[in-house]
Amino acid sequence: MYHYTDFDTAFLAERNRQFRAQVERRIDGSLTEDEFRPLRLMNGLYLQLHAYMLRVAIPYGSLDPAKLRQLAYLAELWDKGYGHFTTRTNIQYNWPKLSDVPDMLDALAKVGMHAIQTSGNTIRNVTSDHFAGAAPDELTDPRPVAELIRQWSTDHPEFQFLPRKFKIAVIASEADRAVMKSHDIGLRIVERDGARGYQVWVGGGMGRTPMVARLLRDFLPEADLLPYLEAVLATYNRMGRRDNKYKARIKITVFENGLDTFRDEVETLFPQRRAVFSGVDQDWLADIRARFVTPTLPERDAAAYYSARDTDPVFRAWADTNVTPHRHADHGIVSISLKAHGATPGDASAEQMRLVADLAERYGHNDIRVSHAQNLVLPHVALADIPVVYAALREAGLGTANIGLASDIIACPGMDYCALATARSIPVAQGIATRLEELKIEHEVGHLQIKISGCINACGHHHVGHIGILGLDRAGVENYQITLGGDASETTAIGTRTGPGFAYDEIVPAVERLIFAYLDLREGPEETFLEAYNRLGMEPFKSALYDGEARAHAAE
Amino acid sequence: MAREFTPKVVTANALIEGDVVYLTADDRWTRHLSEAELLIDEADADYRLLQAQARTGEIVGAYLADMRPGESGPEPAHFREDFRRKGPSNLFHGKQSEGLSHA
Repeated sequence: MYHYTDFDTAFLAERNRQFRAQVERRIDGSLTEDEFRPLRLMNGLYLQLHAYMLRVAIPYGSLDPAKLRQLAYLAELWDKGYGHFTTRTNIQYNWPKLSDVPDMLDALAKVGMHAIQTSGNTIRNVTSDHFAGAAPDELTDPRPVAELIRQWSTDHPEFQFLPRKFKIAVIASEADRAVMKSHDIGLRIVERDGARGYQVWVGGGMGRTPMVARLLRDFLPEADLLPYLEAVLATYNRMGRRDNKYKARIKITVFENGLDTFRDEVETLFPQRRAVFSGVDQDWLADIRARFVTPTLPERDAAAYYSARDTDPVFRAWADTNVTPHRHADHGIVSISLKAHGATPGDASAEQMRLVADLAERYGHNDIRVSHAQNLVLPHVALADIPVVYAALREAGLGTANIGLASDIIACPGMDYCALATARSIPVAQGIATRLEELKIEHEVGHLQIKISGCINACGHHHVGHIGILGLDRAGVENYQITLGGDASETTAIGTRTGPGFAYDEIVPAVERLIFAYLDLREGPEETFLEAYNRLGMEPFKSALYDGEARAHAAE
Repeated sequence: MAREFTPKVVTANALIEGDVVYLTADDRWTRHLSEAELLIDEADADYRLLQAQARTGEIVGAYLADMRPGESGPEPAHFREDFRRKGPSNLFHGKQSEGLSHA
């Protein structure tokens, strides 16, 4: 966990003082909404359908108990007792009052948190692997690099008015748990001939023009990271389109100019940028690494874990889905599902946040993560302690055994909250999860990612869902398109549309038909939904979706 | 022939609370769609919108929303306005939970 310096603290206090004065001037009439809007957006404050929404940054999804307790405090004092964790690993409050927001920001600053650059055409919250520092397959903890990028990009004067928002992810393993190739820039920390460096991917993204990132640089030496990022951002800042919001992301810049032309521009600029860097950024990186307190894990006897698995089938089922092997064999990575069947994906109550903070303090070396899949993670728990942790989670409604299963659905807020949405997504997620629970089949179905967006902007990652669902407004009625074959892992792929969309009350049965078709079609339990789709193609799934529907209509 | 005008109400979000408000015939902002002024003339609707937009110290983002005349005042012509008048469908929050005491 990174701890703030005096400089960081003073910077935040000054920003909050400025925003408090801006809010006062808006309320007393000195500022019009047109004048105030960019100022509030710079501080993460949106106006949604029913209320304001404050989006608080959780850099690379890392929290400690003090931070999570403060998030709970905000939820209770200034919201309706809960918060919503997002795919950018941030937290959103759906019901703040404008006049309360300066106090909320001051309360956040007490624990080194803020809402800066959670909106606007700037570099947004840098995300990373939610298993960072615990995963057996990583080369190094990617978060110090993410923190370096956060410090460099925060209030960076050159990049406050980019053509469009800009998202960066950093990982350090072959496995991609951060949807790295769906980012404007994706970085993978690699090692070549004994030297550390970065693989640089560019131009990934979802939205109305989904694209998988392309390889810009196969190996960038470690010390060149920030000058190279500046070269990419400056090239984009100059070449990126500002005439059309929908063509303004870097993916379009790269696509329209061609990867080679874009790369040539970056490489031409790069030496000039590098010459300006004195190497101080590498000193910062060393300093950040020193400030990242990674826990020393004592050896623990894991017998209690294995005996609980043997004697308690409910615990075993949960551990099978929610506990991932840790690099220390006597520890485990515990994923806490915020997807209880029928609940809103990503919502956590203040009590639940406090419980997770307590568990992290007592059993988890004060480390908590938010995953892009809208779940929480305790990355370092001794196997021996996991049965106790599970019992406490279960008591608080946090013991759902579904990580990676069909009810572990990513869903954007959709038209229940979002001013941009064209249809609802949360009730669709609730409906699918509830149906899966009635059928009791999701453990048999195995790994299946369903992702739902309530508009073309794709905040719910539907393009990379094994089953993707996109809610649209078709002639004044909610309509849901299905895509199949999307892949959010290291083999990133964009899903393909099945055909005509489904009405609100038809979408859950449609997904059910897809799942049963898969169970019929698979070669065995070891073949996942995505593997079966990749082997068989669209036709049998299409037939399950539409032929059955045609038969049902014929029978009416 | 000119297209028939779809009736409208002026709606916005309240400046401080951010919740949905509607303009009444006597120039108040109400939390209840049933109390909103139904505008059936296009020129009148545009004029009322301009008047509303000038009240920047009270509201944000005023616009005209399509409505149908109903038994107890205007009824939303589109589901988006239906959600705005009630609140989210996943939780009993927003207008649906507040009742008339908030008026």
